[in-house]
Amino acid sequence: MKNALLTLTAAAVLSLAAGAAQAATKICFVYVGSKTDGGWTQAHDIGRQELQNHFGDKIETPYLENVAEGPDAERAIERFARSGCELVFTTSFGFMDPTLKVAKKFPKVKFEHATGYKTAENVTSYNSRFYQGRYIQGQIAGKMSEAGVAGYIASFPIPEVVQGINAFLLGAQSVNPDFEIKVVWVNSWFDAGKEADAAKALIDQGVDILTQHTDSTAPIQVAAERGIKAFGQASDMIDAGPETQLTAIVDTWGAYYIKRTEALMDGTWKTQSTWDGLADGILQMAPYTNMPDDVKQMAMETEAKVAKGELHPFTGPITKQDGTEWLKANEVADDGTLLGMNFYVAGVDDQLPQ
Amino acid sequence: MELTEAILFTITTAATPLLLAAIGELVVERSGVLNLGVEGMIVMGAVVAFVATELSGSVYLGAFSGVLAGCALALLFAFMTLTLVTNQVATGLALTILGLGVSGMIGENFVGQPGIKMDTITIPVLSSIPLIGKLLFDQDLIFYISIFSVFGVSWFLFRTRAGLKLRAIGDSHGSAHALGITVIRTRYLAVLFGGACAGLAGAQLSLVYTPQWVENMSAGRGWIALALVVFASWRPLRVLAGAYLFGAVTIGQLHAQALGFGIPSQFLSALPYLATIVVLVIISRNKRLTLMNTPASLGQSFVPDR
Amino acid sequence: MRIELERRPAHSALFSALSPFIALGLTVIAGAIIFTIMGKNPVAALYSFFIEPLTEVWSLHELAIKAAPLILIAVGLSVCFRSNNWNIGAEGQFVIGAISGSIIPIVFYEWHSVLVLPLMIVMGMAGGALYAAIPALLKTRFNTNEILSSLMLVYVAQLFLDWLVRGPWRNPEGFNFPETRDFNASAILPEILPASGRANFGFVFAIIATLLTWFMMRHMLKGFEVSVLGQSARAGRFAGFSANRMVFFAFLFSGALAGLAGISEVSGAINELQPVISPGYGFTAIIVAFLGRLNPLGIFAAGLILALTYLGGEAAQISIGLPDKIARVFQGMLLFFVLACDTLIHYRVRIKSAVHANAAGEGA
Repeated sequence: MKNALLTLTAAAVLSLAAGAAQAATKICFVYVGSKTDGGWTQAHDIGRQELQNHFGDKIETPYLENVAEGPDAERAIERFARSGCELVFTTSFGFMDPTLKVAKKFPKVKFEHATGYKTAENVTSYNSRFYQGRYIQGQIAGKMSEAGVAGYIASFPIPEVVQGINAFLLGAQSVNPDFEIKVVWVNSWFDAGKEADAAKALIDQGVDILTQHTDSTAPIQVAAERGIKAFGQASDMIDAGPETQLTAIVDTWGAYYIKRTEALMDGTWKTQSTWDGLADGILQMAPYTNMPDDVKQMAMETEAKVAKGELHPFTGPITKQDGTEWLKANEVADDGTLLGMNFYVAGVDDQLPQ
Repeated sequence: MELTEAILFTITTAATPLLLAAIGELVVERSGVLNLGVEGMIVMGAVVAFVATELSGSVYLGAFSGVLAGCALALLFAFMTLTLVTNQVATGLALTILGLGVSGMIGENFVGQPGIKMDTITIPVLSSIPLIGKLLFDQDLIFYISIFSVFGVSWFLFRTRAGLKLRAIGDSHGSAHALGITVIRTRYLAVLFGGACAGLAGAQLSLVYTPQWVENMSAGRGWIALALVVFASWRPLRVLAGAYLFGAVTIGQLHAQALGFGIPSQFLSALPYLATIVVLVIISRNKRLTLMNTPASLGQSFVPDR
Repeated sequence: MRIELERRPAHSALFSALSPFIALGLTVIAGAIIFTIMGKNPVAALYSFFIEPLTEVWSLHELAIKAAPLILIAVGLSVCFRSNNWNIGAEGQFVIGAISGSIIPIVFYEWHSVLVLPLMIVMGMAGGALYAAIPALLKTRFNTNEILSSLMLVYVAQLFLDWLVRGPWRNPEGFNFPETRDFNASAILPEILPASGRANFGFVFAIIATLLTWFMMRHMLKGFEVSVLGQSARAGRFAGFSANRMVFFAFLFSGALAGLAGISEVSGAINELQPVISPGYGFTAIIVAFLGRLNPLGIFAAGLILALTYLGGEAAQISIGLPDKIARVFQGMLLFFVLACDTLIHYRVRIKSAVHANAAGEGA
């Protein structure tokens, strides 16, 4: 009798387990913006769709959009952890601490946080080396700009953005040593009106090429209107300026999402800090358009070199804006310094907000 | 383009939506009604104008649809506050929330799509005047309407019988009613005019300023328009000056940054708001001046007793 | 046909009690229609929106977390609005309260003591109250419209916080990212029932504030003064009340509660300062105040209902794929219906035929 009961229970457990194995694995996403914002969040959502298509019925990929950073984020993440998600991607810097708090409560659920620096037993951080793309853009700008001055529409003075400004300038200076950039901070990731105003102000001040570290397509529209060239951000923005966009840094998170989901499924998921770049396919350049062939050739060569690791954008000699030496000849910046970058290199016509 | 000319041109683009929304609200407030829902009406105007333009291919049809959308929200506000005599402050806030929510839903599939920009209409001869020619006579239709509306409203309020009646209602709806002026109907029309102006301001945002639709693209302009009306002590020409001043400060701080001034950008961004408070104080300090122009029954509900 | 209102001789007690329920009912019906138009099953949608968040204990905790700041701010605003002072800037007072309350845990971060938390709360309330004193001062001294000055100060406060967190108060060990040091344990508002969820003592503050305000408005002279001055400044003067003093009282009171909400939120739920700490609580609280018909007990209920629309919005997003904007649409509709239904308390609605109206109307 006892044995029979045991067998029954075992069978029940087994069938339950089998049922669970057949049920779709839930991979969940928390977005800070709207999934159709044309920039940051949209790039993550495209990654989510690629993930869904790759695994088909085997997974489900619910998401929450426009989640405010702070207590709302903690609730959203906890909601997913409770509803049976096995892997949760939280895609904004401000979600870092809430992710860690929830992760502590749900040790069996795995979490991945984008663009932060804290990790835990079940929390991985992942990021993309956007600055590699910025360096290529800078080189193109150095060749294409007649005035030798580019305009940079920046969001917030965090290391990621400062890296981008410096990499862009270093790229430009590699082909035109006197190149300068002007920076306007709009204090927002996404404010079409403000970005357009900033673009106009920069153009009025004489820059003849624009780049942005904000997410709307408004600057490209303004550039198109004024007949100058510009670079897109986060997503390919060619539709906003078919004759304007030179190239764009395209965030392609899909490959990473697929890789990590595979690791989860075959049990090899481990915590780590990922900082991938062009080589890993997490970052791609949109087609090089609206430029002469020789510039295009140069850009493609640089892209290949950076991807192969032959060229690191932050290779000395590099002088800081205040005139002190940062890197000696052939010295390469370490990731730690880059991740906390809070200074400009020489040639930036701006004071870094401190 | 010359630098000054280029900067001035940018300022006109930034000032036009503020001017339109504020001039509409000015008429509303002159009739004694306070509509805090300007933000909601602008954002609805923006989304409907954009979507209608995308569907019809005509920016003018789009802009007109935006005006109608502003009117539709205004009508809801009027019905609530004038017919059902609800609290105007609360109803206005509800209108803003509703507008932001509904516009997000309408525009969901249109976010970030590149739109069609409204062409400029060049007025021959006049547009070749140096410096101001291009600025004043080579602009889009909405700009011309915004300037015209200032002088039109000014003339209407201070030179016509209907304008006199409207002001009388705003000053004392009780007395106006006793004199046989149709308080409620006039206020309905004033609120609708405000909605039309806010809707057109929204259309300017999604068809001229940045020809695309993004959520919450009004970005607080409705609140600034409300401040401008008080800033201007309810005088149309001062609204014109205020809107351009505000536009100039907004654009000016970006230029200051591009020139490399090392002031924290947050302080520069806060400047327009601080400036508004200072001007509010300067204007309201002078009691005689304020009282002369302030509609005395502003924000009060009116129920005619027979 | 036209609609006409006729003032009731006395408030209708029947409609006073019924109106919130009629409004809620109308909102649900309108919601069902919208869901049907969007091609969703209205019953399932309404269930996940309004019922699902109430079925789990952790979710009730989340409800309390979300409702606490709304209730605290709205209760303060109700006193302000009742006295006819239009403080639209609670969002800014919330932020300044959070900043001034955070001085100790950020600047003197090594100080562990039982005194830390009480001091933080006092400083938070003082900060909010002082910030609210600016529009009050401008109103009484210069006759400046308080709606606009308090609103403009919201943007100033937000930018000030942004500057602090990215600048002088940035965590020196935080890789330059925009956030302050984590608060140490003695600066964190404890959780009420840590075993079942993370609701903190902010909700208890909300309950206390509600009851005290209710008592003040109902049983104290101050409450009477608020109502009298709010209804008619002239009548108030005859009763010997000072309108100017009332402006200060109302603003300081609501500012202090907004500041309390701010520091409770930061200390209890966020545990550090970030560039943005409020998803618009100060503005949403204005709706809560009116939904609760400016009555503290009503506001308590309204705060819970509004918090429910946020949680429900999320639940509906996951379970049936509704867009997140639907929560805002619901909030707007609910407020419209409540305002419209309240008309029934004070007025009788008559629908008249056109001919009749022309004869008896206002001479149209």
